[in-house]
Amino acid sequence: MAAFGIATGGGNWFSALALGVTLLKCLLIPTYHSTDFEVHRNWLAITHSLPISQWYYEATSEWTLDYPPFFAWFEYALSHVAKYFDQEMLNVRNLNYSSPRTLLFQRFSVIFTDALFVYAVHECCKCIDGKKAGKELTEKPKFILSVLLLWNFGLLIVDHIHFQYNGFLSGLMLLSIARFFQKRHMEGAFLFAVLLHFKHIYLYIAPAYGVYLLRSYCFTANKPDGSIRWNSFSFVRLISLGLIVFLVSAVSLGPFLALNQLPQVFSRLFPFKRGLCHAYWAPNFWALYSALDKVLSVIGLNDKWFSSAVPAHSPSLSDALGHLYLHSDCRVGPRGFLRCLILCALSSFMFGWHVHEKAILLAVLPMSLLSVGKAVDASIFLILTTTGHYSLFPLLFTAAELPIKILLMLLFTIYSISSLKTLFRKEKPLFNWMETFYLLGLGPLEVFCEFVFPFTSWNLKYPFIPLLLTSVYCAVGITYAWFKLYVSVLTDPPVGKTKKQ
Amino acid sequence: MNSGPKQGAGKPPMFGDYEAQRHWQEITFNLPIKQWYFNSSDNNLQYWGLDYPPLTAYHSFLCAYVAKFINPDWIALHTSRGYESQAHKLFMRATVLIADLLIYIPAVVLYCCCLKEVSTKKKIASALCILLYPGLILIDYGHFQYNSVSLGFALWGVLGVSYDWDLLGSLAFCLAINYKQMELYHSLPFFCFLLGKCFKKGLKGKGLVLLIKLTCTVVASFVLCWLPFFTEREQTLQVLRRLFPVDRGLFEDKVANIWCSFSVFLKIRDILPHHIQIMISFCFTFLSLLPACIKLTLHPSPKGFRFTLVSCALSFFLFSFQVHEKSILLVSLPVCLVLSEIPFMSTWFLLVSTFSMLPLLLKDELLMPSVVTVMAFFIACATSFSIFEKTSEEELQLKCFSTSVRKYFTCFTFLPKIIQHLFLMSVIAMILLTMMTVTLDPPQKLPDLFSVLVCFVSCLHFLFFLVYFNIIIMWDSKNGRSQKKIN
Repeated sequence: MAAFGIATGGGNWFSALALGVTLLKCLLIPTYHSTDFEVHRNWLAITHSLPISQWYYEATSEWTLDYPPFFAWFEYALSHVAKYFDQEMLNVRNLNYSSPRTLLFQRFSVIFTDALFVYAVHECCKCIDGKKAGKELTEKPKFILSVLLLWNFGLLIVDHIHFQYNGFLSGLMLLSIARFFQKRHMEGAFLFAVLLHFKHIYLYIAPAYGVYLLRSYCFTANKPDGSIRWNSFSFVRLISLGLIVFLVSAVSLGPFLALNQLPQVFSRLFPFKRGLCHAYWAPNFWALYSALDKVLSVIGLNDKWFSSAVPAHSPSLSDALGHLYLHSDCRVGPRGFLRCLILCALSSFMFGWHVHEKAILLAVLPMSLLSVGKAVDASIFLILTTTGHYSLFPLLFTAAELPIKILLMLLFTIYSISSLKTLFRKEKPLFNWMETFYLLGLGPLEVFCEFVFPFTSWNLKYPFIPLLLTSVYCAVGITYAWFKLYVSVLTDPPVGKTKKQ
Repeated sequence: MNSGPKQGAGKPPMFGDYEAQRHWQEITFNLPIKQWYFNSSDNNLQYWGLDYPPLTAYHSFLCAYVAKFINPDWIALHTSRGYESQAHKLFMRATVLIADLLIYIPAVVLYCCCLKEVSTKKKIASALCILLYPGLILIDYGHFQYNSVSLGFALWGVLGVSYDWDLLGSLAFCLAINYKQMELYHSLPFFCFLLGKCFKKGLKGKGLVLLIKLTCTVVASFVLCWLPFFTEREQTLQVLRRLFPVDRGLFEDKVANIWCSFSVFLKIRDILPHHIQIMISFCFTFLSLLPACIKLTLHPSPKGFRFTLVSCALSFFLFSFQVHEKSILLVSLPVCLVLSEIPFMSTWFLLVSTFSMLPLLLKDELLMPSVVTVMAFFIACATSFSIFEKTSEEELQLKCFSTSVRKYFTCFTFLPKIIQHLFLMSVIAMILLTMMTVTLDPPQKLPDLFSVLVCFVSCLHFLFFLVYFNIIIMWDSKNGRSQKKIN
């Protein structure tokens, strides 16, 4: 009895948090799921029923396989468990098949693979030391970080309602970051290479990894003032890193290389025909751009050239600028790497090609790690997270999910703001009046879009207005956060980086 | 963090009580008051006739008013039978949520804030655990009822009476009774406690004044609620007939009380005539709750009041007639109130109470939510109160009892160990039975085998708890008298 008591009582708050959120995920099983559910069912069917040579050619369903090979192998492994639940879901011809057992299996597979995410969060908590907080458990940075990551609203609704597998992928990313903090660079590089071959969207942050590994791992020592010691370059390390990446890619793409299918695979992975904007949704620079375009066309200034002058390489440009500055100063440790990563992710979100609003999670999750460290980061994190999460609302448009999403969002936002405010209460306030006003404006916006607008007459003529408003409003917030982050990175005093991380 | 409302949306539609509530909105909105409780061509009492007191009817009327504003099809007379749509489900669940937010949750929060000699952390933990109680969440949001309204009012009553706001407390409790007549289970403790207070103040002076004021309050509130029905004698009688269907028999369906469990061995229902059944149930009920009530009248104290609420409600549940399995909620509420005083036994009881409703929950396809909420509740209680470390005699409030028994049997020191072992066995039994009910099919000759087993096992548990709570109440007096402890 006493042993059981120790297990459930006292200090094991992390397990309680993890268990609690798992139970919440179980409750979300019967909620709405999007077409992504059918996408993954289709991939289960493709990988189970067809030989490898057909995987990237199969096109019975419109949801063709467009993730790298490791994800396909992952679906293949899942399909072997799926056949005990419902054999029918593995038939390629069964389009839109969703029996209760299929639903149960798919949802449980997401919940189950989230175990990797939980482990990654656990490792991340070990890495942050944060500020010296009080003895109260709920004020410790580790506790706040665990809640912010494990109970992240965006991840919950995208993974467990909308249906995706971002949990374990984010887990891989966080784990590789944690390994860098723990100075286990090889493992971190390996994990990231694996991650790339699971979902190629992580190419957005690959430059950060590349430059950091080059700078901090291959150059083994610094001069006393922190800049590069050029003669400390270690070829051995460079080669070993290259070997890791090469081997992982070989395992992943090897079979398709042998089958001469590489061009086909790449055309599936990078469909450039899709266009710049994914409807109106992703609240990035292009949303503002196309909104402006629309406004101008409505007014009458119909400049055709405006739309076509799209600088397609702008993400890489802004990334490059960031990297150049960051690493020219060269006193980066893992913390600087993290900032760089977030900047990459955010810049790519802002300027990327065919960005989906779910990609904001790529920036939000690593940002949580920084938020418990400094007040400035906490402030940026809160703006980014709140607007980012709000921009995910259009993903769940059914009436039944309305109370859930509002309630969860409120809980998460209130908790994150209050806990970070308490953590940094000795420093200056987290938000200035402008930011407070902006964040509070989200409430009336939501009320207008979901409750007032559907009952007005404009609903028939301009049904896209709520989406447009949401997108533009959030784009303002995210751009502001991006800008503030950039400024804070550029103006950060170098003194802080000489400390051993 | 109240996870209850989150579970609301997305659950499968509940016929039965869901349709009943919708039908009551239809009836109360479209028909004049005089016809609400009567059988007529427009109001077929066989099809979910109104069988709760007037306050429920008024509440349905209010909801119907809102429904009319959103979509009149939902409550159109006759044509809206069996109506189901996503929007309607959302609306109905929203009404439960609003009722919860307005009445039940503030009462719980206020109760926990007012707990004496308890740290802030424990107060928050208590509030969280009470709000997470699976039984109420599952029945109100899954099965679909408005228990939170009547329980909330009863809780306001408990609050008022415990902190000497007797008039407001009794008013709140009258509202509770007028919402659901099952609250009468709680009426005796209220009566005894208030009577005891009057006696203490002296029947010649302040006590008499208080008694008169209370009587007036009660009568006034009843009259106000029943006003439209007092105009004719026939109206009042008809309502009473609908509220207390005495012709129905000792029990219906499977419920974890004595009569149902006893009927496994001896079919009382068929052997004895009707009025004898009622007499027997009456006698047993009152015999079992008499000691506690007398004690409460003689020594009124808020602590004794809470425990007497538990034991009275439990006696009624076990021995009364026409008890539904949902009535266990009436016992669970007082047990939630003593959660901070005896966390271990309360948690155990609350788990058993949810388990006893298993057949009902399975019928409504609520297996997954039940498992999840029970686990969440158990984890919350276990971490907040460290219940497994609190199983000493002192913690279980059995110290006085054990010392008295030790006067006769000096070796009576093994009580905590027995209770721990019993708890383990009980949990194993509950889990086993749940798994069996879900996975196996009952044999052909005994189609109700698992439901009956669940009821039987729960009944044994409840008998044990009845004895336990009565022991606490009775032996508390000796402690109180000898140490002059108030409260």
